Amino acid sequence: MTSRSKLSLAMLIAAGTLSLNSGIANAAEVTFVSGKGGKELELFKGMVKSWEDETGHTAKIIPMPKSSTDQFGQYRLWLAAGNADVDVYQTDVIWAPQLAEQFIDLAPHTKDIVGDHFPSIIESQTVDGKLVALPIYTDAPALYYRKDLLEKYQQDVPSTWEQMTEVAQSIQDQERAAGNKDIWGFVWQGNAYEGLTCDALEWVKSFGGGQIVEANGDISINNPKAISALNLAKSWVGSISPEGVLSYQEEDARGVWQTGNAVFMRNWPYAYALGNSDDSAVKDKFAVVPLPSGGDHGVSAATLGGWNVAVSKYSKHPDAAISFARFLASKEIQKLRALEFSRLPTLVSLYSDSDIEKQQPIISQWEDVFLQAVPRPSAPTRVKYNEVSSKFFSAVHNTLSGNGSAEENLELLEYELNELKGSSW
Amino acid sequence: MDTSLSLSKPNTKLKSVSSLRQQKLRAAMWFLAPMVTVLFCVAGWPLLRSIYFSFTDTSLTDLYGGQWVGFKNYLTWTTLSSGRTIFSGTLADPTWWNAVWNTIKFSVVSVSIETILGLMVALVLNQEFKGRGLVRAAILIPWAIPTIVSAKMWGWMLNDQFGIINHMLMALGLIDSNVAWTSNIDTAMFSVLVVDVWKTTPFMALLCLAGLQMIPRDIYEAAKIDGIHPVRVFFHVTLPLVRPALMVAVIFRMLDALRVFDLIYILTPNSKATKTMSVVSRENLIEFDKFAYGSAQSTLLFAIIAIFVCLYIWLGKLNLNGDTQR
Repeated sequence: MTSRSKLSLAMLIAAGTLSLNSGIANAAEVTFVSGKGGKELELFKGMVKSWEDETGHTAKIIPMPKSSTDQFGQYRLWLAAGNADVDVYQTDVIWAPQLAEQFIDLAPHTKDIVGDHFPSIIESQTVDGKLVALPIYTDAPALYYRKDLLEKYQQDVPSTWEQMTEVAQSIQDQERAAGNKDIWGFVWQGNAYEGLTCDALEWVKSFGGGQIVEANGDISINNPKAISALNLAKSWVGSISPEGVLSYQEEDARGVWQTGNAVFMRNWPYAYALGNSDDSAVKDKFAVVPLPSGGDHGVSAATLGGWNVAVSKYSKHPDAAISFARFLASKEIQKLRALEFSRLPTLVSLYSDSDIEKQQPIISQWEDVFLQAVPRPSAPTRVKYNEVSSKFFSAVHNTLSGNGSAEENLELLEYELNELKGSSW
Repeated sequence: MDTSLSLSKPNTKLKSVSSLRQQKLRAAMWFLAPMVTVLFCVAGWPLLRSIYFSFTDTSLTDLYGGQWVGFKNYLTWTTLSSGRTIFSGTLADPTWWNAVWNTIKFSVVSVSIETILGLMVALVLNQEFKGRGLVRAAILIPWAIPTIVSAKMWGWMLNDQFGIINHMLMALGLIDSNVAWTSNIDTAMFSVLVVDVWKTTPFMALLCLAGLQMIPRDIYEAAKIDGIHPVRVFFHVTLPLVRPALMVAVIFRMLDALRVFDLIYILTPNSKATKTMSVVSRENLIEFDKFAYGSAQSTLLFAIIAIFVCLYIWLGKLNLNGDTQR
């Protein structure tokens, strides 16, 4: 690992001298890494065409694994080794504090455009006054439900988790009795990874159980409301959700849902456009609502997601890279992304865009949802966030898979987080 | 090494032999030098650096700024004013010991099953029958598939909703509802073991087969003439003679199994039931901001494997030179 880093450092220096010799004004090839696959990858070439024509540079995309945890591991290694082969990184909303030192401060280069974005999103990417990454879309999950099935069994759209559990159970039972053996009530993300942190944060927060670590750094997770939230979730596994949900990520849940085998699904807005594609078994049969609330709390919670682009400080052509990052965050591309993939724009003006309203009605509905979305505790826990998240999703995964009760696991989690925190985060 | 023993006696008698020998040694040294250099660069140096990092507080954002902290990443303790002593560090970390236990469980069970199955397959392949060449080639296919690919493939086969394994078991009436093989904590380790056995039995079979073919045929003929029962022949002739080859095969597999990573990382969710030492140390090295702590765990992993191998060689009185004690 270390000898490799030295080697790549040497190569970097060699390559740096070479590129200096070959002239600065030449067209550069900007390399972009992103974990987005499928249709977004296919359309990438067409999407960047106008930028390539305008600037004379070229853009190359390197696809990454779909799990954001895997992406993070790879990026961290590349950045630690000073990799100059990658210029622009697509980064998760929670990474900014952890990778801040390795990226260029975009604030001086984006003065003219940051004002167009939602201030809360820009703030989430700002670490000690440095704009680490430029947002390209934001995310807040939804409860997907099957309109046709709810109508068939004359059920209302649930507004609490308890109602949802009941409705899911009753429709699942009746559908199965009618011969639809593969149907499940509710699919979500239960694998032990970052996605489970999002799902579980929503349950806990919507029950009024806080947000794991509060904004001021206090550890709040061990409380009766969080315990009842986890107990309810545990009751889903094997009853309204398949047992395998404990290894599902977003795409696994969408697999069950889009083949028509689930009544409800918790997922991000990207599944909306895909669910309405021509080969989907649930095309035009579903709708979305904000996630339910829990207990007697009455307020639902959605975890704030979203992706950004950051420019590596080891890039050989930072100007081209910055120009490319600005392009990916531009109105033109954000609108395209909204229309094609139902990605939520980060630009205020696009929420009143008539094309988007017509083609992807979920987006205009979602403005309020993401504006009130709960951030994961990446800001207060700073560089320790990944470990906090890992301890949290492990405790939840253990509870859901029957490895200790919610009380035991959360008590242990509180102790571990306190140990990790030490005197301060 | 073999030659050094046999030559050491004539050495004293003839000086010309000694100079020839020296020449040979020098040539050998030159032939070995490139490999030793490469090995030092790609294996020795990173290993030494990892060991060094484990005694510092290096983080991945600043690889060259670590300070020496001694054994803090391994074990350290503080005594509180109440008199209670608190231990911390890898050696006091329950997740580490859980991973050690998982790894050992995995290694012992998988290698035992693979050895027995591999030997059985090898005995069959050692017989003369029509199409033997084809069968020998075919049996190697699982071993030839990269682990990542076979892990992904088995992941789909074991999938709870779309997987063919559940489909077949349901059709046969062996289970009445789909089983989530890889995510259920009771079956996760079992699934990993099944896939590993599937993948590495061919390797074991191949090494055993090589050992079996070294056994002279006339011993079997003599046993046949004496009218000895085939089971007795196996335990008194085949097994003792194939033992050196078997031991080498087991040690290879054991080394591999103790550092298992890819199969578990791909196949199962990141849960306590299957996390091994490699998985845990990678997590600390790269995902968490604990590069030095992860280095300490890698160093321990290295130490555990080294101890295992030493014990094994010593207990088995294993002769790694390849010559049997005939």
